[in-house]
Amino acid sequence: MDHSHADTDKHVRLYLTVFAALAVGTVVTVAANQLHVEHALAIGIALGIATVKASLVAAVFMHLKWERSAWIWSTLALCAVFFVVLLFIPVLETSEHPPNVVVGTWDVLPEAHTEHAGHHE
Amino acid sequence: MAQHQHKGGGHGHDHHHHDDHGAGHHELSYWRKYIFSVDHKIIGIQYGLTALCFLFFGFSLMMIMRWQLAYPNKPIPVIGSLFPSFFPGGAMAPEMYNAFGAMHGTIMVFLGVVPMLVGAFGNYVMPLQIGAPDMAFPKLNMMSYWVYFCGGVTMLASFFVKGGAAQSGWTSYAPLSVITQPHQWGQTMWLIGMVFLITSSLLGSINFITTIVQLRAKGLTMFRLPFFVWAQFVTSFLLLLAFPPLEAAGILQLMDRVAGTSFFMPEGLVVSGQMQSYTGGGNPLLWQHLFWFLAHPEVYVLILPAMGMVAEIIASNTRKALWGYRTMVYSIIFLGFMSFIVWAHHMFITGMGQKMAAFFATTTMIISIPSVVILTAMVITLHGASIRFNVPMLFALAFLPMFAIGGLTGLPLGLPVSDIQLHDTYYVIGHFHYVVAPGTIFAIFAGIYFWFPKATGRMMNEALGKVHFVLSFIFINVAFMPMFFQGLAGVSRRLADQTGYAHGNAVQGLTRMSSWGAWMLGLSQVPFIINFFVSMFAGRKVSENPWESTTLEWSAPSPPPHGNFKSTPVVHRGPYEYGVPGIAKDYFPQHQAGAEA
Amino acid sequence: MSTAVLPYTVEPHPITRLYSGKLGIWLFLASEVMLFGALFSSYVLLRVGAPVAGPAAWPAHAETGLSWKIGGFNTLVLIISSVTMVMAWAALKTHNIGRAKAYLATTVFLALVFIVVKLTLEYIPKIQAGHTPSHNNFFALYFTLTGLHALHIIGGIIVITYFIGPGSALWKTDPEYFTNRVECTGLYWHFVDLVWIFLFPVLYLT
Repeated sequence: MDHSHADTDKHVRLYLTVFAALAVGTVVTVAANQLHVEHALAIGIALGIATVKASLVAAVFMHLKWERSAWIWSTLALCAVFFVVLLFIPVLETSEHPPNVVVGTWDVLPEAHTEHAGHHE
Repeated sequence: MAQHQHKGGGHGHDHHHHDDHGAGHHELSYWRKYIFSVDHKIIGIQYGLTALCFLFFGFSLMMIMRWQLAYPNKPIPVIGSLFPSFFPGGAMAPEMYNAFGAMHGTIMVFLGVVPMLVGAFGNYVMPLQIGAPDMAFPKLNMMSYWVYFCGGVTMLASFFVKGGAAQSGWTSYAPLSVITQPHQWGQTMWLIGMVFLITSSLLGSINFITTIVQLRAKGLTMFRLPFFVWAQFVTSFLLLLAFPPLEAAGILQLMDRVAGTSFFMPEGLVVSGQMQSYTGGGNPLLWQHLFWFLAHPEVYVLILPAMGMVAEIIASNTRKALWGYRTMVYSIIFLGFMSFIVWAHHMFITGMGQKMAAFFATTTMIISIPSVVILTAMVITLHGASIRFNVPMLFALAFLPMFAIGGLTGLPLGLPVSDIQLHDTYYVIGHFHYVVAPGTIFAIFAGIYFWFPKATGRMMNEALGKVHFVLSFIFINVAFMPMFFQGLAGVSRRLADQTGYAHGNAVQGLTRMSSWGAWMLGLSQVPFIINFFVSMFAGRKVSENPWESTTLEWSAPSPPPHGNFKSTPVVHRGPYEYGVPGIAKDYFPQHQAGAEA
Repeated sequence: MSTAVLPYTVEPHPITRLYSGKLGIWLFLASEVMLFGALFSSYVLLRVGAPVAGPAAWPAHAETGLSWKIGGFNTLVLIISSVTMVMAWAALKTHNIGRAKAYLATTVFLALVFIVVKLTLEYIPKIQAGHTPSHNNFFALYFTLTGLHALHIIGGIIVITYFIGPGSALWKTDPEYFTNRVECTGLYWHFVDLVWIFLFPVLYLT
């Protein structure tokens, strides 16, 4: 990126604004957590604010706002896609098992003498 | 981070830096020149020699295991008495068999084939093919090699620690891998070794992608890249994005083993009547998901560069352009992308629901399409060509049907109905060995014979090469073909002695045949080893382009000097301009100026 | 001569508009996203799949004893360190090496504060209270995730310290190249901050 001095000054002001926004975001996250809302909603709010904060960091501090390189954007897009795929692992593992009978909660059988976790591979 | 030194010097490039603070010439010490070198060619050769040693070592482990399989519990000739501490009474104990099996897989995949394909060929050939003076980050490149080296040493050392090497298979499935050797170090060292190897691959892939994006010669557009470079490019993205989840999984398993956590340990796990002392609450399938999230793309890491090498050799020796070059490129990109969403086909028997199984079976069927497209394009390239049957071409030609057998036998494993029968049998072993042994390893041999003159300035002996090819081709099939029949008979892949079971005993003859095939295959490598070392010093000297090929690496001197090219190459045309009308010779190199075809 | 002279280490490539280091660091960050992504994914699976009762059950938030005050303080520390990092780069852009070094030093100081707080107010008391990684999967994840994050912080401290010290010699010979290196370090540092922005609510709040 080519920046003139004036550009840099403008950037510095933006950095400080973003800092203020991040600080406020942190306070809001904590405050929202003190409200006694439903658990799932609380998680949603906290992660929502975190996403906004992370986007600000990426856009301004990491200069993505000014990034024009197709290579960087396509790398990030690819990464985002596979990140989502990764997050499907828990969905995969839990969606088709009824809750709490997820594989991995074997009952303790005192008389058991066999290998419960016989390795399958 | 950029890690270059700005040292000037006139090795024939004309990149004018605004900041040349010329350090001038000074001779590098032996250590800086050959051991801690930052030159991609030296690093490539270091990778190549190290990987060849590991390939040989991994193969030796298997040849010893084949004795136990063929003649269960009989003393191993020679080797049994040489290493009494490993083989009490000269024979192989089941634990030792497990350790050898786990290490054979790990060494072949992570220390042998991948470093060979990517570290050696990628490092040596790719920058030459794109006309770059070196990799984008030379010091990072050196670091990749040394981190890989440390990983290799860690893996080898694990044979000598308390309890011996890891015994839980190359897949290290939990909870077995967490509980089997609670007081033994082998598995822990395996994990540490893997963290090294993963780090090395990550650094390497960053370097490869940056080099291909940034350092292509003038005029070398993406669609003028040789297919091998495309293969390396896609492979690097697979390594970059698929390896970190395994690193995460490795860290979690390390915590399970060292800090007593229960990431992969279910609650109330009872093993051999003993309650395990873990808190529990973990999920063993999490390991499988994270492992295969890497390891399926890894399968393509093992095959894509091999396809790239074979494509180069076929184009050069058919004297034709690759048929459907663009289609092949799109196919390989699609193949890379799809390889991230097929992983759970390794897990059909884990109690996965029908919908998920159907999804992964479907993606698996879809991913076979681009592989077939690439293979078909290469076969069509052969049509009507006056083929030069030299040694690299023989191996490349053998790759096609061998990889096809490997690929086609994979289809029944991608469908849950048939996979449930075949899972964990020798059929699986047969399938993936056809992909990586007569497939990838043949491509590696082809590549060695093909680029040897570039790296050394000398040819390998043609007659010895042909002997090597014919013997290898016969015995590799003798070794692996029986496995399909053993598998269909239901023999489990993990048994150290199948004769204890009626169905195993019935096909013991096939096991012996396979073992003899493996040993003869080992002997068949003798001509190669002799050829390799003797040719290095006494081979026929050749000029820069002995195969009369078109791509850029053949415009550099053999071996290329530091900085690679005499003058910075400029590219005028696509990679495979053979038999262009109006040109005196039957090939029209990429760098040669002249009328466009 | 130890390395070949390579183009685009300082000036951007005319077509890709990137200098090589920048592409390299972004690729590295992409792999880091996948690393932490896999760990977050594991977190979700282990939390959702945890037994409802018994020692392996997921602890209620109060039982974890993690203080949002300490976590929140450390969050602010990291955010400020991100600002000082980017200000260091901006100072280099205006050719003020002195101010840049001061900002870099502040960044290192803040990073050390983060580590010291983490160690003395969290790790040590937790372990003394018997909340070791093997206590249950919450603490297992807590120590693994924050531990890995802390290793990234330590890595950052080392690199930034290098650029304050011996690495800054490059400023005299090639200021633009030095600025690029600081920019790349900054990208890494902001990413580490970004990971913490997610770790904070996930571990300390809900």
